[in-house]
Amino acid sequence: MNKIMSGNEAFARGAFEAGVGFVSSYPGTPSTEITEFISKYGDIVSEWASNEKVAAEAALGASLAGRRAMTCMKHVGLNLASEPLMTGSYTGVNAGLVFIVADDPNMHSSQNEQDSRNYARFAKVPMLEPSDSQEAKDFTKLAFEISEKFSVPVIVRSETRVSHSMSVVSLGEQAEIFKKDFEKDTDKWVMVPANARRRHRAVEERLKCLQAYSGLLAKVEKGEGGYGVVCSGVAYQYVKEALPDACIFKPAMVWPLPMKEIAEFARTVGKLYVVEELDPIFETEIKAAGIDVEPLPRDLCGELSQDAVRALFNKELPETEEVCSELPVRPPNLCPGCSHRGIFYAMSRLKLFSFGDIGCYTLGLLPPLNAVNTTVCMGAGVSMAHGADRATNGDAAGKSVAVIGDSTFLHTGLAGLINSVYNKGVSTVVILDNRITGMTGHQPNPASGFTIKKEPAYAVKFPELCAAVGVKRIRVVDPFDVEECMRVLKEETEAKEVSVIITNRPCIFADRSVIKPSLAVNASKCTGCKICTRLGCPAITWDNSARKASIDPAMCTGCDLCMKVCRFSAIEKGEGRHG
Amino acid sequence: MVKNIIMAGVGGQGIILASNIACGAFLQAGFDVKKSEIHGMAQRGGSVVSHIRFGDKVYSPVIPSGGAHIIVSFENMEFLRYSGFINAGTVLILNTRKIMPPAVAMGNAEYPSDTIDEWKKKFACVYEIDADKAAEEAGNIKAAGMPLLGELCKVLNMDKNIWEDVISASVPPKTTDVNIRAFRSGF
Repeated sequence: MNKIMSGNEAFARGAFEAGVGFVSSYPGTPSTEITEFISKYGDIVSEWASNEKVAAEAALGASLAGRRAMTCMKHVGLNLASEPLMTGSYTGVNAGLVFIVADDPNMHSSQNEQDSRNYARFAKVPMLEPSDSQEAKDFTKLAFEISEKFSVPVIVRSETRVSHSMSVVSLGEQAEIFKKDFEKDTDKWVMVPANARRRHRAVEERLKCLQAYSGLLAKVEKGEGGYGVVCSGVAYQYVKEALPDACIFKPAMVWPLPMKEIAEFARTVGKLYVVEELDPIFETEIKAAGIDVEPLPRDLCGELSQDAVRALFNKELPETEEVCSELPVRPPNLCPGCSHRGIFYAMSRLKLFSFGDIGCYTLGLLPPLNAVNTTVCMGAGVSMAHGADRATNGDAAGKSVAVIGDSTFLHTGLAGLINSVYNKGVSTVVILDNRITGMTGHQPNPASGFTIKKEPAYAVKFPELCAAVGVKRIRVVDPFDVEECMRVLKEETEAKEVSVIITNRPCIFADRSVIKPSLAVNASKCTGCKICTRLGCPAITWDNSARKASIDPAMCTGCDLCMKVCRFSAIEKGEGRHG
Repeated sequence: MVKNIIMAGVGGQGIILASNIACGAFLQAGFDVKKSEIHGMAQRGGSVVSHIRFGDKVYSPVIPSGGAHIIVSFENMEFLRYSGFINAGTVLILNTRKIMPPAVAMGNAEYPSDTIDEWKKKFACVYEIDADKAAEEAGNIKAAGMPLLGELCKVLNMDKNIWEDVISASVPPKTTDVNIRAFRSGF
């Protein structure tokens, strides 16, 4: 049977057909849906973990216990999960262990465009790279087999154009959940130096065997052009379309590369080119093996396309209209009714510097709120605020806050807060607790009160948690009470000890009951002061000719925030209901 | 021969569902199909675009520049962002409903009405529909993607029964009738 599937659904399907028993992940675009699809297969134990390191370690434990295990993450998630990967490479596995890592060339929704292929080389583990949904499914199944055959964690590399593209997949049968005996082998699993030295030798030997195996998986496609191209992943699709006459060498395993076979291919084709996105990994390795590679003026930034490949090979590009520029943009925005908007407005009025973090609230950086001043990596805001505070002997803490969401705080923010208290900081941390992991599509987290399978679960209580690590000044505020937020922010940034401010409104997607009838502007009362437009709410529109604000009833969630900031009582309960 | 369709609009307009339905219909009709979209932050009012390609064999999931056969614009101005994909034969299916971009909503920019009129002239053919109104008349304004799909099915000269089967299989059972009615209003 054929079905059209996204790459992410196909990864999940592949794991299902391989009899995977345990999947643990932390959400991250573009990888999130893999684990969501997995959770719909009843027999597989699936979890949202508190972070990627925890997820990867849980998967390693499941492998030791004899069940095929998988963990899925975005590229930057592997930075955190690299610790279990690096030493998990030494221990090896019992039942198959697969990491699916989704890169994001062009940073459609990421803070950097690191190339995960570097991690395969670094950790000395094999990496497979599919080019469409069919291969996403097939390579996931293959990854489990390779993992067991060579006792090694296997990385399957995806990217936005594979994860979030759809193509036709031929479905296979579901395998029974794979079961092996629990493995107790101290020499293999206890990485003290004496054991790890032996294991390192085994890792180097394994890499040689994997390289030979890599050759068996590569595909050669003939062409009439008298030149050859090495490519894999979605770049293969671009090459096939842009260069129909090219001979193609397509490795399935992109680390270790099948160098003997590439050398053989190079001899048969005459001129050899490499087409790859981001880092010149294939190119560097192939050149290092003494094989000549023709130069291409490739950009190391961003993603490829068939047009980009045509341009690299000086092929004619189609004629196009001049691009229409200078259009008003539509950046992603905080939703109408977003619980973050009120406290961001308060922070913006106080002109506080804010050490931001990763989540929907990063969007607070946009005008008119301009309420986020840094975004680096998960959890960084809390620790950066502490460093700025201590290095300036408290000066920075008087005019700044760290802002972090509930999921991100539990991911890696808590360690920073413990550090701030222990090292006698005076910084202020605002936990925007909206009960859900918003940016990636509203996944539950350990503070949500339910699991990926919607079973009830204990919900972490932030005031108690912060008190337990030694924070004495803990304030819970309604983020839509702007005056109260301003007062509390002022008091806590002035306080000479660590403070935590916790907001208490849910995301409109976490609790739909917060959505109320839409509001409307009473034109006879609106003075045109524009204060409501400073909230940056997508439902509020300014009519330049009438010099009045208006509210789109289809978008308004009736959150009342604009009513609270309007000084002329011009915003009233409307008649329309939301959507 | 590969046909290329761009669906463009604003997060929350149901472009992902509509493009999934189109892909399902092309698959049912016996074509190879690929689709690519950027939906990391789609629910937050940002621009959303979906590239759909179908034919005997499709390689790249994205459409080359100047390669669009049809652009389906779910909002009155959004097709302008993809002007680089237009060629002399491109057809535009346009929802005349306007959603103000933030800068326009804040009074700092104008909605580009003149530019829209000027660019409409560059298409081989333009089909305009008030899809939100058509959906509302069919029973639910949220089904605004369906009249546009109906128009698309007609422009492609495809069997509408295939599309209706895929729609029925893709929407919540309670909403099937409304969605089919809305689809037919565009056909």
